[in-house]
Amino acid sequence: MSGIQEVETIQWALRAIRGQGRWLVGLLLMAGWFLLPSLGFAAEGTTAGPTEYRDIPYIGSRNLVWIVAQLHLLLAGFVLGVPIFAWLCEVIAWRGGEKRYDKLAKEFTKLLTSAYATTALFGGILLFLLVAFYPKLMNYLTDVFFPSFLLYCLLFLFETATLYLYWYGWDAMQHGRKKTLHVFLGFLLNFFALFIMIVPNAWATFQSSPVVLSEGTAFERAWAATWNPTWWPINIHRLIANVVLGGYICGAYAGVRYLSVKSTEDREHYDWMGYVGNFIGVFGLLALPFAGYWLMREIYQYNQQMGITLMGGFLSWLFIIQAMLIGVLFLGSNYYFWLGITHRIPGSEAKYRRAMLMMLISLLLCLAVWMTPHSLVASIEEAQKMGGAHHPLLGVLGVMSAKMTVSNLMILITFMSFVMYWRAGKQDTAGWAKLGKAVMGAVLVVASLAVIVLGIWGYFVPAIVRINYFSTSQVAIVGFVILTITPLTALLLKSAKTTTEMVWGSMPPRAGYALVLNAVMVILLMTLMGYARSSSRVHWHVYGVMRDTSPYAYSPALGSASLIMAFCTFFFCILVAFIFWVATMGDKYKTAGGAGKGELPHGIPAMAGGAPEERAQG
Amino acid sequence: MGALGKPIILMVGMYAFLKFVLPNIPGSAPLPSSLIFLYLLLTASGIVIFETLSGESKDAFWGPIQRFLTGENIGGLQALRYGVFILFPLLVGWQTYGSTAVSDLPPTESRTIHPAPPGEYTGLSNPVPKTPENIMQGKGFYAAYCSPCHGGNFDGKGPAARGYIPAPANFADPTTIAMLQESYLFWRIKKGGVGLPIEGAPWKSAMPRWEVELPDEWIWKIIMGEYDGAHQSPRTWE
Repeated sequence: MSGIQEVETIQWALRAIRGQGRWLVGLLLMAGWFLLPSLGFAAEGTTAGPTEYRDIPYIGSRNLVWIVAQLHLLLAGFVLGVPIFAWLCEVIAWRGGEKRYDKLAKEFTKLLTSAYATTALFGGILLFLLVAFYPKLMNYLTDVFFPSFLLYCLLFLFETATLYLYWYGWDAMQHGRKKTLHVFLGFLLNFFALFIMIVPNAWATFQSSPVVLSEGTAFERAWAATWNPTWWPINIHRLIANVVLGGYICGAYAGVRYLSVKSTEDREHYDWMGYVGNFIGVFGLLALPFAGYWLMREIYQYNQQMGITLMGGFLSWLFIIQAMLIGVLFLGSNYYFWLGITHRIPGSEAKYRRAMLMMLISLLLCLAVWMTPHSLVASIEEAQKMGGAHHPLLGVLGVMSAKMTVSNLMILITFMSFVMYWRAGKQDTAGWAKLGKAVMGAVLVVASLAVIVLGIWGYFVPAIVRINYFSTSQVAIVGFVILTITPLTALLLKSAKTTTEMVWGSMPPRAGYALVLNAVMVILLMTLMGYARSSSRVHWHVYGVMRDTSPYAYSPALGSASLIMAFCTFFFCILVAFIFWVATMGDKYKTAGGAGKGELPHGIPAMAGGAPEERAQG
Repeated sequence: MGALGKPIILMVGMYAFLKFVLPNIPGSAPLPSSLIFLYLLLTASGIVIFETLSGESKDAFWGPIQRFLTGENIGGLQALRYGVFILFPLLVGWQTYGSTAVSDLPPTESRTIHPAPPGEYTGLSNPVPKTPENIMQGKGFYAAYCSPCHGGNFDGKGPAARGYIPAPANFADPTTIAMLQESYLFWRIKKGGVGLPIEGAPWKSAMPRWEVELPDEWIWKIIMGEYDGAHQSPRTWE
C-alpha cells in the first residue's frame, strides 16, 4: 500500500467512526503503549554473549513489569476470588432455597467471563515483557520449572472450559440433577482456579526462597523448587486475600450502584448485595492476619537477612502503612455493620449506641498500638529528648508481641460487631437464653484477657516461645471464641422473636462510600505487599542464586514505590469499572427495550439474572 | 455548637494529654510530633465515625459546621466566620511555607536501627559451647570492653553513655537483643558502626569495629555473656 493510500484509509476510518474519535485516540495510545517494548534495546549493547536484559526508555523495564505484574495479580485475585464467592452464594441458594443468592451468584459469574479474558490478556503481556526484558532470568526459570509450565497450560484449558460451561449452562441447569451438576461445575471451577493460583505461586516464591537441585530429572528439580519454604504460606495467604478482594469489590460495586439507583427495589437489592459483599470480605479478613503472620515467620526463618529487611530494616516502615490500611479496613467494615444496625433496624440505635462507642474506642486503641512504630520519626531535637529513636515508654508497643495482641483483639471486636448486627431486632425466647448469653459474655471476657496476658507475657520469654506458642495460642483463643459464640448465637436466634424487621434500602449514602473505601483499601494493601515481597529479595532475581546485574538492582524507596502502587490501584479500579460496564451493557439495552425492571420478580434488576425463562417463572 | 462541644473538648484534651501529661509519667519522655499527629488523627477519625452513625447525630455534628460556613442564622458569629475564612488559608500557607522553606535545622531522623546483616553472617551459629565458664569469661570481656557504654547492668547506662546520641543500646530492654539472632550481634560487634550497610545511614553509631582488637571467639563469648547478664534469650527457630 502506498503512503497516499494509507493516509486515505486512515481518513476513511476516521470518518467512519465520527463521534467516536476520542475512543480511537485512546485505543491508539493504548496500542502505542503496548508497542513501546519494540523500542527496547539490549542493555548489553554490542558486547558478545547472550542478552541478559533489555530496557525501555522513560518508564524503564522494571517499572513496566512491576505495573503489569501487579495488575495481572490484582485481576487474578478478582478472577479467583469471585468464583469462590459466587459458588458459595449458589450453594446457599441451592440448599436454603433463597433465590436471590442464586441471582447474586449469576450476576457475578457474568462478570467473570470478561474479567477472565482481561486477566489472561495481562498475563500474556506480562509473559512477553518478562521474556523480552529479562531473557536470562526467564531462561533459568524455564529450565527449573518447565514441567509445571505444561501443567499450567493444561489447568488453563480446564479452567476455561469449566468457566464457559458454568456460565453458559446456568439457566439450562437450574433444576433437579442438572442443578447438582451445575454446583459441581462450580466446585470444579474453584478447584482448577486453586491450582492455577498455586502453580505460579511456586515460581514467585522460588525467587524468594529457592530450593535448587543440581541433579535429578526435570520433574524432580521442578518439584523440589515448587515445594520451597514459602510456597504454602503464600498459597494460603493469597487464597484468603482473594476471597477478601472478591467480597469487598462486590461490596464496592453494590455501593456504587446503590448510590446511583432510583427505584426502591433497586435500592433494596443493592443494599442487600453490599451487605453480602462486606460480610464475605470481613469473613476473610478475620483470618488474613494469621496467614500473613505465618508467611512472615517462614520468611524470617528461611533467611535472617530477608526477615530483618522486612520487619526491622528498610521495609519496616511499610508495615506501619500496612497497619494504617488494615486499620481503615477494620474501621470501614465495622462502620458499615454499625450503620446497618442504626439504619436497617429501626429503633436499635438507642440500644446499641453505647456498645458501638465502646467497640469504636477499643478498635482505635488497638489501632494506635498497631500503628506505633518501634523507631519513631523524630527531629534531632525530639530524638535528643527521647534519648534516641525509641520512646522509653511507648517503644514497647513497636514490636510483634504488641502487634499480634491488638490484631487479635481487633478481630474479636469485629466478630462481635457482626454478632451484634445479627442479634439486633430480635428478642430471645429460649429458656436458656440468660445462661447462654452469660456463657458467651464470659467466653469473650476471658478470651480477651487471655490474649492480653499472653501479649504482655510475650515480652518476658524467648522469641521462639512467643512465636511458636504464645502467638499461636492467641490465634487459637480467637478461633475458639468464634467457634463457640457462632453456634450459640445461631441456636439462640433459632427460637428468637423478631421485634423489628430488617428494612433494606434504608442505608445512608455514606454506607456506599464506606464500601468503596474498603475495596480501595484492599487493593492498596495488595499493591503494598506486592512491593514488599519483591523488594525483600533486594538485589537478587533468585535469592542467593541469581543476582540482579541490571541497572535496576536496587529497591525503590517507599515514597517513589507508593506512586506506582497508587497508579496500579487507580488503573485496576478503572479496569474493574470497565469490566462491570461491559458486562452490564446488554442488560441496560434489554431493559431499555421493554423488559423493564418492573416485570422482574421482586424487582430484581435485569442484570441480576436476565434470562427470559427466569422472568417467566417469577 | 452544643453537639460540637464534646468533640472539640476531646481533641483538646487528647492533645494536652499527649503533649503535657504522658511525657511527665515517670520513665517517659516527650512524644515526637509525628506520633502526636498520628494519635490525634485516630481521635478525629473516631469522632467522625461515631458522630455519623445515625442521621440525628450526623445532623447535630455537621449542622453547626455547615451553618457556620454558610453563615445561616449564626447571628453575631459572622465576624468570627470571616475571620476563619481569612485565617484558615493563611494558616495553610504558613504550614506549607514552614514545611518547604530552607531551614538550618538538621533533617528528621529516619535511620534504620536494625538494618539487615550481610548474607555471609546470616547462617552463623555460636561455635562456642554454652558453659558457665564461657559465659563468665564473656561477662568479663563485656565488663572490660562493652560496659563503659552499655553499662555494668546491661541497661545502656555506662559511664560513657551520656556522651552519645543515640544512646548505647539497652540490652535489658526486651525489644533489643531479644529480638535478634546471635549471628546478628556477632556482625554488629565485629564490624561496628563503620560496618553498617547503606540503609543504616547516616551511620550514627559509635560502636567500635571490634574485629581489629578481639578474636572471633571472644566476640561469641561476649554475646553469651550479654544475653545471660541481661536475662534475655537470642531469637532461635528451634
